[in-house]
Amino acid sequence: MEGSPSSASLRKTWEGKPGLAGWLSTVDHKEIGKRYIVTAFIFLLIGGLEALAIRLQLARPNQTLLTPEQYSQLFTMHGVTMIFLYALPVLSGFSNYLWPLLLGSRDMAFPRLNAMSYWVFLFAGVFLYSSFPLGKAPDGGWFNYVPYASLAYNPGPNIDVYALGMVLLGISTTVGSINFVVTLARTRAPGMSINRVPVLVWGTVTASVGNLLAVPAVSLAFLMLWMDRQAGTHFFDSAAGGQPLLWQHLFWMFGHPWVYAIVLPAMGIVSDALPVFCRRPLVGYTAVALSTVTTMVLGFGVWVHHMFASGLPILSLSFFSAASFVIVIPSAVAVFAWIATIWTGRPVFNAPFLFFAGFVLLFVIGGVSGFMTAAVPVDWQLTRTYFVIAHLHYVLIGINVFPVLGGIIYWFPKVTGRLMNETLGKWSFWISFTGFNTAFFPMHILGILGMPRRIYTYADRLGWGTPNLVVSIGAFIFAAGILLFLFNVFLSLGRGKAAGDNPWDASSLEWSTSSPPPPYNFAVIPIVASRYPLWEDIMDEGPERSSIGRGLLLDKGRETVGTSPLDAEPDVILKMPGDTYLPLLLSLAITVLFVSMLLHSRWGSYAAGFAGLLATVCWLWPQRALGQIDR
Amino acid sequence: MNPMAYQRTFGPAIDPVTRLGWGLGIVALSVVVIIAVLLLSGIFRRRAALHGAGSRSLAVRSDSGGVSWIYMGTGISSIVLIFCMVWTMIVTAAVSRPPELPALTVQVTASQWWWSVRYLSPDPARIFITANEIHIPVGQPVRLELISSDVIHSFWIPQLAGKMDMIPGQTNVSWLQADQTGVFRGQCAAFCGAQHAHMALLVVADSARDFAAWQDHQLEETPETAPASAGQRVFEQHCGVCHTIRGLSPSGIRGPDLTHLMTRRSLAAGLLPNRPGDLAAWISNPQALKPGARMPAQLLTGEELAGVTQWLNQLY
Repeated sequence: MEGSPSSASLRKTWEGKPGLAGWLSTVDHKEIGKRYIVTAFIFLLIGGLEALAIRLQLARPNQTLLTPEQYSQLFTMHGVTMIFLYALPVLSGFSNYLWPLLLGSRDMAFPRLNAMSYWVFLFAGVFLYSSFPLGKAPDGGWFNYVPYASLAYNPGPNIDVYALGMVLLGISTTVGSINFVVTLARTRAPGMSINRVPVLVWGTVTASVGNLLAVPAVSLAFLMLWMDRQAGTHFFDSAAGGQPLLWQHLFWMFGHPWVYAIVLPAMGIVSDALPVFCRRPLVGYTAVALSTVTTMVLGFGVWVHHMFASGLPILSLSFFSAASFVIVIPSAVAVFAWIATIWTGRPVFNAPFLFFAGFVLLFVIGGVSGFMTAAVPVDWQLTRTYFVIAHLHYVLIGINVFPVLGGIIYWFPKVTGRLMNETLGKWSFWISFTGFNTAFFPMHILGILGMPRRIYTYADRLGWGTPNLVVSIGAFIFAAGILLFLFNVFLSLGRGKAAGDNPWDASSLEWSTSSPPPPYNFAVIPIVASRYPLWEDIMDEGPERSSIGRGLLLDKGRETVGTSPLDAEPDVILKMPGDTYLPLLLSLAITVLFVSMLLHSRWGSYAAGFAGLLATVCWLWPQRALGQIDR
Repeated sequence: MNPMAYQRTFGPAIDPVTRLGWGLGIVALSVVVIIAVLLLSGIFRRRAALHGAGSRSLAVRSDSGGVSWIYMGTGISSIVLIFCMVWTMIVTAAVSRPPELPALTVQVTASQWWWSVRYLSPDPARIFITANEIHIPVGQPVRLELISSDVIHSFWIPQLAGKMDMIPGQTNVSWLQADQTGVFRGQCAAFCGAQHAHMALLVVADSARDFAAWQDHQLEETPETAPASAGQRVFEQHCGVCHTIRGLSPSGIRGPDLTHLMTRRSLAAGLLPNRPGDLAAWISNPQALKPGARMPAQLLTGEELAGVTQWLNQLY
């Protein structure tokens, strides 16, 4: 245990170097998780500022605050930032930080790959913003339809930055997803069978499998687009026998599963944390876990509902319409599970509970507006109007941002050792909830009043002025709520109440460690006997007890236990790699390769490619410490 | 009623959709209200006192109970969903093609950022081109052939027909019908570049007699309506590269056909009302009014500008 000789030796083995060297070379999942969350939040603020600029422009008719080109770049970067640089990375941050703690392990399955996925994400984010200060940011919308995004209509570097940046970001997403899938299959504590893992784990692994199947489509599409623009191919050029609709299919085959990837882990946060504040286990754990997987499976069969107006045959549209109706069912399972949990529980009105309960309502509003767009002919009216903007913000802010904010308050004490200020937490909920609904509910009405998306201005006589003014005011109130939340974070970092190990009396393994957890997470690898290891003594669920303080010590170098995929039977002792600069160096090499491609630098590409190869060889070189060489 | 609002619509290509939209909207609102009530009463309902309440108590002693909520909720949702799905299929089939053979086919070509409108006819002498304004006879279905000359646009007249994209390399077919005379506004509904915001068009539903008269008038060539002048020479030198006026020799096709320009209600794809002052302002500096538009500013003297405006003002 903490303070014992073995824990001192564990600390020595697992603790990173101090200072900058340690910061750049760490492979600790907790450090990487925190970085992911902080970086994603910085992107959230940048995307938010872009949104506020857009709302100032649209607050009144005929405004000229922004030029049309600035407006195009702002709405494009707002979408790109929120969808790609905030929504998934912030959840990757949660999962990176939490997974080994939830699963009773000492790190992710591939710690170095984990570090690399963060670095590539960071560099891809910077890459995507590199042309912004030059006034040449991507400007074709996040969906980037050809031929508008082709060289003929968009000759600047704007779209090349987007295309290459997305392929680069895809590398981060792919290696990160592989890591989650293998971590789930391989490094759970003994006894943590598949039907005992927290729902956040189900959400993240489902999202990760989805990403592995979906990201290749978009990486391919962007590579083909870049080749059309720079290498003279004609994949999307109708004049040369190419097909503009091919872009839309590839983009949405990725795009729709991605939407589920950025909400399912957040729904998992609620499924795990809401029950703690209802003082009971989640109702229908198995149904919720299965509905998570079902949503993703169905999510691969609905992409054409983004293309209902593209002139495809009515018969194919009807299939995708039906699939889009059916996908409501697994969501209904989750909603009724949460409501039943609240109903049959005893709610404790802490700030996280407010965020989670608010989330349920926003989820339903976003869900039913999505259900309306599933009807093909109704969608012919609603699509590409403000109704869809309302829908997608209820979905993405409602299902991603609100659970994330609640989740931050919930796990803040575990990460920092201090509780966030409760009063400020509640105020930030009420302000952001009010602001959010003021900003986004009237957009439904604007959509029905016929206001199309992506217009930089509108005439007074169209009758859109008043709702737009309300929307803009709501946007600023929402922003104030987010600012208050951040103020609370900074205040509580220094002055928050000391938390102790388990301030919420929660049930899962991460709350058995100290706050913050030691670098090695668990002094001994726990042995899990139930779904709610820390509630076993206050529930009547049979005589079996999890063993938190006694288990495998594994203090001969960096080690954790490898278990079987379904039942989590201990299988093997895994040697874990220590801190290294290789992930950073490989990520830098890949990034330089992409920068060279952007700048058409042949020699830069060769040099970066060679450096990347060299880093990969060093990475894969057999090491005695990892048991890759027989002693 | 706002010209773009579609809570009420005016033709058989869209009316069943509007009813379906209202139906689904009512279902959606009811679901939100029911869930909100369940959620709030779940949170605030009175509960029995806890036995042996301590700081570590739970509401239940075992991981059970509440699952019937999921069965009930999901079961009822599924029934409603199936009903809505069937209704959707029926409406989709009903509006996918007109009930009778269309009286007229109009080919609409979208370009950054205006609409070219070509009235097709088996008789080549009765084919003509106009721009940014479609006249149709009331009470008759009109077939639309929708194409694009550059990037993707989308044809949308909210009160008459839902969106249909206009994609380079393919011809999408749609239809609409107005059940009462009047002017219906539409606007491009697919982001198509800097001036996507200013790409409107009008559909004017005329009585059968007015429509026939309009059609015959459009078929006339210009010299019959506008006598030659210095303004005409300015047009031929400066504007004819891109614009056509049937009956004159220069016949550019990059910009809107301006034959009978004065019969149209607006300029620059709905940006300005068609008044002499607005026309002069547009000709002298289109970039100030519609930044990025494909029409370059014309270096005209005041005299030339006045002449060409005056001459264009005769193009009825």
